[in-house]
Amino acid sequence: MNEVAFLAWVRGIGFQIALGIFIVGMVVRWLEIFLLGKKHDYSAPKGSAVQGAIHTIFSRSIPEKSTWQRSRVQIVTGYVFHVGLLLIILFLTPHITLFREFLGFGWAGLPNSVVDLIAVITMFALLVALVRRLQDPVLRFISTFQDYLVWTVTFLPLLTGYMAYHHLGFSYPTILGLHILSVEILLVLFPFTKLMHAITLFIARGFNGATAGHKGVQA
Amino acid sequence: MSNASFSRGYQALKAQIDAPIAAYFSSCVHCGLCAEACLFFTETRDPKYTPIHKLEPLRKVWEQEYTLVGKLKAWFGLSTPLHDQELADWQEFIYNSCTLCGRCSLVCPVGNDLSYMIRKEREGMVAAGHAPDGQISAAKRAITVGSPMGVKFPALQAQIKHIEKDTGFIVPVNQVGAEYMVTLSSMEIMNYPEYLEALARIFKHAGKTWTLCSEAFEATNTGIQIGSSDIARELVSRLVNAAERLQVKTLVSPECGHAYTAIRWEGANLMGKAFTFKVQHILEVLEELRQQGKLKTEGLETARMTFHDPCQLVRRGGVIDEPRNLLKTVAQNFVEMEDAGKMNWCCGAGGGVGAIEQAHELKTRVFQRKISQLDAIKVETVVTACANCRITLEEGFEAYNREMPVLGLTELIAQHLVEEPATENAHE
Amino acid sequence: MSTSLGAILREQYGVSRRDFLKFCSVLASSMAISPTFIPRIAEALEKTPRQSVIWLSFQECTGCTESLTRSNAPTLESLILEQISLDYHHTLQAAAGDAAERARDLAMKANQGKYLLIVDGSVPMGNSGYSTIAGISNVDALREVASGASAIIAVGTCAAFGGLPHANPNPTGAVSVSEIITDKPIINISGCPPIPVVITGVIAHLITFGVLPELDKLGRPLSFYGQNIHDRCYRRPFYEKGLFAEDFDDAGAKKGWCLYKLGCKGPVTYNACATLKWNDGVSFPIEAGHGCIGCSEPNFWDAGGFYRPLAVPTEGVAQLTQMAFAAGGALGIAAGVLNAKKRDHAIAERETVSIDDLKRKG
Ligand code: SF4
Ligand code: SF4
Ligand code: SF4
Ligand code: SF4
Repeated sequence: MNEVAFLAWVRGIGFQIALGIFIVGMVVRWLEIFLLGKKHDYSAPKGSAVQGAIHTIFSRSIPEKSTWQRSRVQIVTGYVFHVGLLLIILFLTPHITLFREFLGFGWAGLPNSVVDLIAVITMFALLVALVRRLQDPVLRFISTFQDYLVWTVTFLPLLTGYMAYHHLGFSYPTILGLHILSVEILLVLFPFTKLMHAITLFIARGFNGATAGHKGVQA
Repeated sequence: MSNASFSRGYQALKAQIDAPIAAYFSSCVHCGLCAEACLFFTETRDPKYTPIHKLEPLRKVWEQEYTLVGKLKAWFGLSTPLHDQELADWQEFIYNSCTLCGRCSLVCPVGNDLSYMIRKEREGMVAAGHAPDGQISAAKRAITVGSPMGVKFPALQAQIKHIEKDTGFIVPVNQVGAEYMVTLSSMEIMNYPEYLEALARIFKHAGKTWTLCSEAFEATNTGIQIGSSDIARELVSRLVNAAERLQVKTLVSPECGHAYTAIRWEGANLMGKAFTFKVQHILEVLEELRQQGKLKTEGLETARMTFHDPCQLVRRGGVIDEPRNLLKTVAQNFVEMEDAGKMNWCCGAGGGVGAIEQAHELKTRVFQRKISQLDAIKVETVVTACANCRITLEEGFEAYNREMPVLGLTELIAQHLVEEPATENAHE
Repeated sequence: MSTSLGAILREQYGVSRRDFLKFCSVLASSMAISPTFIPRIAEALEKTPRQSVIWLSFQECTGCTESLTRSNAPTLESLILEQISLDYHHTLQAAAGDAAERARDLAMKANQGKYLLIVDGSVPMGNSGYSTIAGISNVDALREVASGASAIIAVGTCAAFGGLPHANPNPTGAVSVSEIITDKPIINISGCPPIPVVITGVIAHLITFGVLPELDKLGRPLSFYGQNIHDRCYRRPFYEKGLFAEDFDDAGAKKGWCLYKLGCKGPVTYNACATLKWNDGVSFPIEAGHGCIGCSEPNFWDAGGFYRPLAVPTEGVAQLTQMAFAAGGALGIAAGVLNAKKRDHAIAERETVSIDDLKRKG
């Protein structure tokens, strides 16, 4: 397969396969969670479960004081790469073009040089996260193969995207193809790994917040 | 009745999985932040005490039984099924090093309610026969004798007589139609008889009717701690039946954290129906009386004081402002510990840890957290509202050579009541 | 095979020595050859006897020949054409029918092993009847003529990579030259059509140096195909700034902003358009306001729509998305219901724990 055919494949069949698996996986996982249900709580409420859920969905994005004091590096690193990824995914013009394809509307992008800088920072943060995972006793202890796999498939789209933008290493069609392929791998793995947290964390926070809210605690 | 076995335990674990648990396990990113939330980790720096690690057995059951991917993985031999030894090994994490304090549940960035899950995981451990001996004995005593410490009604009766003689008040027992039905923890009966006396004073002062129940005076629930809803239900039903029989308006949970959780939050769910009466912690009752002007105090403590929040009251119970409002009415020099309130650090012996012999050393070690917290604010007295915390604090101070009186908030309030009953001038 | 180019130029075109050298230097620079070689090019072109060339046209549109010839006289292209002895080219030659074929036979015999074979168009492998010349199938003609050639130049994307006839669903089973001939040096001059000076430049190179120019992975001369359109595009600063035309006649298009969102394939295309340009360096497609369609790359017809931006999938996903949601929903509900049943079963079957069985027996 030559590079143009490769690029056409990842933009064509490859993308379709990845998207198909992604959507099927997401829907299945979502249903798997919700159909398990939750028992009715008979205890008299002290506060509103719904308000608690909504509160926690937002408030948990901000670390509570003692956690912040104890885990600064971890929290800053996490913030940087999450915000970085979000900005890159949502505000690089070619990505917006892709969203427009799906949603029918687009929005203004950031200048490429800005996104480029964000990508460098994000990759750096991810590298710090990896080093910490390998060095911090707790992180090393609880990490599994999946943690490293997910790190890799998150890092690769950034790296290939960066290389594609700077025409590093490969011809442009090849590296662009690799970039798209790396995103497709990410899509395929997304529903079946901890990447899923990007969606389920709202459910988790919601349940946690509802339990707390019911008891009159702001979680 | 059947024998404790791995398969019975596995079955019980399978029965625990619900949507929240599935969402929690799906969300964990292995960030490790929950470790720094748990005093068993912060004071030992041993990664094995990371809260999420304590949930590995339950996670396996969820993944392998309730996800398509997990089934596929198992099918391809990519995962090992849960086995008995693993459960046995996890006793150390699920019981000895977890007080169900719920701190981790407030820290996890993806919102995982870890202590909710550990509580459920214990159901499987009990069924599999892997609960710690100390808790098993306590549960047996609670069911057969009526209290985990083996306190029987005659012992309480003796105390009642004592109080009635000392104060001249009547301590009502089995009074149908009383407003409040008061319950106790055996710790209070054995170690802190002042509590019951304080209650007698307060209700008299406030002009409220109240009663004890001879068949259901023990509020602590070892079923909740060991993690057996069957045992917990049996114990809760005694209280519920008593409250219904005596037709009380409110069942008052004593100065005890997990007793509150047991009756206030788990109780109705164990019974499978909403209660016909209210359940309040004694601090909630006191605060209500204070707000109604029925709790008049005089004189202020001058000692530098702080309040140790029992986990089950703040984090798992929402009783946060009440103790502060109350304490401020009687203490001049009230100071807060760092992280006080919702994020307060556990005393280290809740959730049944205090009853586990093998956990004794660890429990003392992690008490260092409380010591550091208290050393930082240089107080002379600690006030709390849980007999279990209280005894842990006392033991801890002894182990760390600290001279530090520990007071129960209810008693402290009782000591400062104005002699004239407030009700006479207020309402009649 | 008679007079040299130098002679022809002087005699027939009245080109001065100075103009001739200027031509050689343009050629050298377009091929990125060091200026020190200019005298050598000039000398070679002047002295070398005319090279015999046989030009075979298969499944093609004549666009490549048009590109080569349709230019304002006298151009570098036409000059080079004078240098070769185009012994067979069924569009350009005067002879027709049997006479034409005889000319080919003759040239082949006379220059056995030395003539240059130029091919445009792809070769149908499905049914040989799809394209024949004088009753001979394209593949047979190619094999026969190639056997005596010193080298082959595949002109145009059809000959180089299959091109339009090869596009999905490729009804004729079209293939490129290199898929049939594997034992001769082949130079691919892709493009639909290729830039004229690229064709002449390569021929000049062959004549001058007697060896193949340096080629890329796809067999294309690096000197012309080593550069990415996007990298050389004068609209690139707009791309960097994130300024894109959204429509062919919007304000951005009028201001000359980048055409990425309108489907420009410049970023994945290697060709010399952005530097050599077309029509004697007048302009090139992007300058004229249309995105590059990637015509010098293999399978460019099938590489997604010409107007679909590179970042979007080549095909619409609406239907797929719907199907995936439906499939996921069905599978998820089935799995979820089974899970819930299993759990409820576990609850129902759960054996009550009493204080007498908290410990293992025996
Ligand atoms: S509930 Fe408390 S003791 Fe248990 S793991 Fe969480 S933080 Fe640690
Ligand atoms: S804090 Fe939450 S997400 Fe992080 S490791 Fe613990 S349970 Fe997992
Ligand atoms: S017009 Fe095409 S080649 Fe030019 S900068 Fe934009 S995308 Fe690149
Ligand atoms: S700009 Fe692109 S499509 Fe146009 S001729 Fe050049 S290579 Fe072909």
